[in-house]
Amino acid sequence: MDREVRASLCNLCVLCVSVVKVTRRNNHHRDAENTEVAQKRILNQPALALMVLLMLFTVASAQKKSSCIECHVKLSDPRLSNPAKLFDNDIHRGRGLSCNDCHGGDPNADTSEAAKDPSKGYLGKPRTLDIPAYCGKCHSDANLMKKFNPSLRVDQENEYYTSVHGRLLKAGEQKVATCISCHTVHGIRAVSDPLSSVYPLNVADTCAKCHGNADYMRAFKIPTDQVTKFKTSVHAKALYNKQDLSAPTCNDCHGNHGAAPPGITSVANVCGQCHARQADLFQTSPHKAAFDQKGLAECITCHSNHDIATPSDQMIGSQQGALCINCHTNGDKGITAAAHMRTRIDELNASINKSSEILSVAERKGMEVSKPKFDLKGATDALTHARVLIHSSSTSEVDKVVAPGLEVAGKGYQAGLDALAELSFRRKGLAVSLVFILFLALLVYLKIRQIETRQRIAK
Amino acid sequence: MKNTLPDSTGRTIEPPAVESRRRFLDYLLGTSAVATLGAIVYPIIRFMSPPKIIESTESSVMAAKLNEIPVNSGKIFKFGSKPGILVRTDSGELKAFSAVCTHLECIVQYQPETKQIWCACHNGHYNLNGKNVAGPPPRPLEEFKVNTRGDEIVVSKA
Amino acid sequence: MQEWLDERLPVSALTEMARKKEVPVHRYSIWYYFGGMTLFLFVVQVVTGILLLLYYRPSAENAFESVQFIITEVKFGWLIRSIHSWSANLMIATLFIHLFSVFFLRAYRRPREMTWVSGVVLLFIAICFGFSGYLLPWNKLAYFATKVGTEIAGVVPIVGHTMLRFLRGGDDVTGATLTRFFGFHVAVLPATATVFIALHVLLVQLHGMSVPPSLKDQNVSKMKFIPNFLLRDLIGWILAIGVLAALAALFPWELGEKADPFAPAPAGIKPEWYFLFMFQTLKYLPAKILGMDGEVLGIMTFNIVALLLFIVPFVDSGPENRKRTLIFNIIGVLVLLYILVMTIIGYVT
Repeated sequence: MDREVRASLCNLCVLCVSVVKVTRRNNHHRDAENTEVAQKRILNQPALALMVLLMLFTVASAQKKSSCIECHVKLSDPRLSNPAKLFDNDIHRGRGLSCNDCHGGDPNADTSEAAKDPSKGYLGKPRTLDIPAYCGKCHSDANLMKKFNPSLRVDQENEYYTSVHGRLLKAGEQKVATCISCHTVHGIRAVSDPLSSVYPLNVADTCAKCHGNADYMRAFKIPTDQVTKFKTSVHAKALYNKQDLSAPTCNDCHGNHGAAPPGITSVANVCGQCHARQADLFQTSPHKAAFDQKGLAECITCHSNHDIATPSDQMIGSQQGALCINCHTNGDKGITAAAHMRTRIDELNASINKSSEILSVAERKGMEVSKPKFDLKGATDALTHARVLIHSSSTSEVDKVVAPGLEVAGKGYQAGLDALAELSFRRKGLAVSLVFILFLALLVYLKIRQIETRQRIAK
Repeated sequence: MKNTLPDSTGRTIEPPAVESRRRFLDYLLGTSAVATLGAIVYPIIRFMSPPKIIESTESSVMAAKLNEIPVNSGKIFKFGSKPGILVRTDSGELKAFSAVCTHLECIVQYQPETKQIWCACHNGHYNLNGKNVAGPPPRPLEEFKVNTRGDEIVVSKA
Repeated sequence: MQEWLDERLPVSALTEMARKKEVPVHRYSIWYYFGGMTLFLFVVQVVTGILLLLYYRPSAENAFESVQFIITEVKFGWLIRSIHSWSANLMIATLFIHLFSVFFLRAYRRPREMTWVSGVVLLFIAICFGFSGYLLPWNKLAYFATKVGTEIAGVVPIVGHTMLRFLRGGDDVTGATLTRFFGFHVAVLPATATVFIALHVLLVQLHGMSVPPSLKDQNVSKMKFIPNFLLRDLIGWILAIGVLAALAALFPWELGEKADPFAPAPAGIKPEWYFLFMFQTLKYLPAKILGMDGEVLGIMTFNIVALLLFIVPFVDSGPENRKRTLIFNIIGVLVLLYILVMTIIGYVT
């Protein structure tokens, strides 16, 4: 039997069994004891109609013949059989394309010679140098692509030749990435498919296949620790731990088809795609001209490029461990400004911690302080804002946000004090009222004694 | 007590000392009973009298006065325990949204230049329907209902 | 003044009855106080409950915030709310003590069977009060406790699903559940409770206080209800007020976080302590017992025991029988121990 038909009927069996299982389970919930009744009910399910339709459809679609796949699937050499096996999951197959649409040849022919006849357009396996053009045959043709997906770009091939990979390939270097290095071949999945090699969560590992391999990259004399470094970064944490797909991976900073490291004067623009505020502040700060003149890469001089860690307040200031002292000399205008900004930020941070702590103490003692705790967030916002504003290198900007932040933190502290004062008032109130209550109880007891004595005498 | 005796009618006559002790006890009992009752009634009365903030409002709030928000501007206001943003568009229409960015919960702001709602943290953009149109935010902002009452702008949950 | 009333209402008849009422004095007399204490705590609940009603809002959007408002903005709101929550627990505790003391002292025997039956009804009403009231702050703990609790009700065969939908006001725990529970808590249950309390107390007055069988033949001394017993009751009630005030000030009742139906359940949800022994039992039951669902069997067993509670005075009727007394005592002690041990285990695990 044709492999396709066999596969379809297999799927049908699985579908049927799972429908039965689901229906039985649903019915079981309603009539716990009536499994027999439930089984009889399946015959009335609309799922049955669906199964019949599916049967007809799979049998119908199985008519399309592909001798390439039929043969290659049976071959013992995995290099020859894998393409046929992988092709089931390929996005091109899903669009109705087959081997001959890329490789040419005749899928209806039954012999190897007839199928791979050059006169039938058989191209065979392309050379590495020709791969971009091979894929570009369709993917650079706007008229063709819009039949399948009008919103897809058609300039990948052009972009590719602007990349380092493309330029080296044109110069004859074979060990560079081409289309199939990243997208794989024969089992190509859409970018949005979580199993795709270019799904955001998988991109870093795909690049690492070459860029993380020191032996492979030896001739190119560039570092091979980028991906390991990246995986320690705050972006990687957002991507892999928090599953935030908007966090950047390799292609977001380097580009995907036109992949190249950004030039040192354009790093701020790249980071500024998301960190717009910091980039703007930096561009208008005195650092921009200084960095350009010294040939220092923007952003990454302080934050590094691949192993970007969550920035800490330690990075700024005039003391040991700060980054400013790497360029600035003690006493110059820059370092004084840095020290001032650091002091203000530390001040606000300490104030927030103090307020937060007292509110926690009040909360643990049973007071309701959720409103003051919420209001304190305004101070934390101010702190975040101040930490962003240091990129302007302007102490006045930082001061402008720290001052209201301190006010809010101060209010939070006061709320904490008030809560503890209220607590102490309640306890004092309790002590006083307990004295009265116990006194009253004692009096009642004495009254009882008095009454009962009189009753005893009266007897 | 030994020194109480029944009289001719059968009722006990108490010597003056015992009598005054009983009266003293009754007096003490009476006054502390009243005091305790007062100590119970006082909190109840205070409880029943309206407090400073009269309502635990969450469902609707007065966000701003009409003259406080010019055309093509935005204002952050407190909606219950969460921040909200009130926007007056170019055409004078009033719109209100939750001001909590759907990416990492920073507070958004109105950008008069682009006429969009912008989040400074990671450059996220929302249009004036609250829809996330650029940057990392994965979901639109929750929209609130806006009504005007005289010169007050009242925002309530949709 | 009394004459004026007397012309219109049977005031003097009632006062005469009250004046004549006597309470036996013996070594078990202390247990007599627990019925009155339960009643007193119920009155505390009614008063604090009515006060809370002035500010509470029974909708999913507002309930939590209104309770937060009460304990932060309203003067002495923290006190009223904490007293309400603590008194609820104390009332159920004294109710259990009252139940067990009546059981062991055989106060349910002829002619007091109806008193016992109405008392058991009041036990279930009190538990319903506790269950419905617990949800009203609409916080995370209460939401999930209600979810689990109504889920268990739904497991009962045949009527379970209907019961679940009736309790929840739908298929899930939603704002509809809250409104419904509120209706039960402030209208249905108080009305029912009033009827049964009136019946219960009336019957107690009519039959007088029972004397334990072991002392029946002795000549027990009596004390007058008014003023002797009542004043002693009063000491207890005054001390109870002190205890409630102390609990409210030193161990204020938590509010927690607002319920979020979409968030996952927090770890270690436990029902209130008076449900804990049943909850713990269900945890220990294996999935299948003799081919039947373990959980269903457990719940049905509890239901059957609850029904058996009603018929106690009818089973232990007739003349004094030493063997039957012994069996009943053993059963009672075992049940009491079981509840205590399971509750403790529920707390520490």
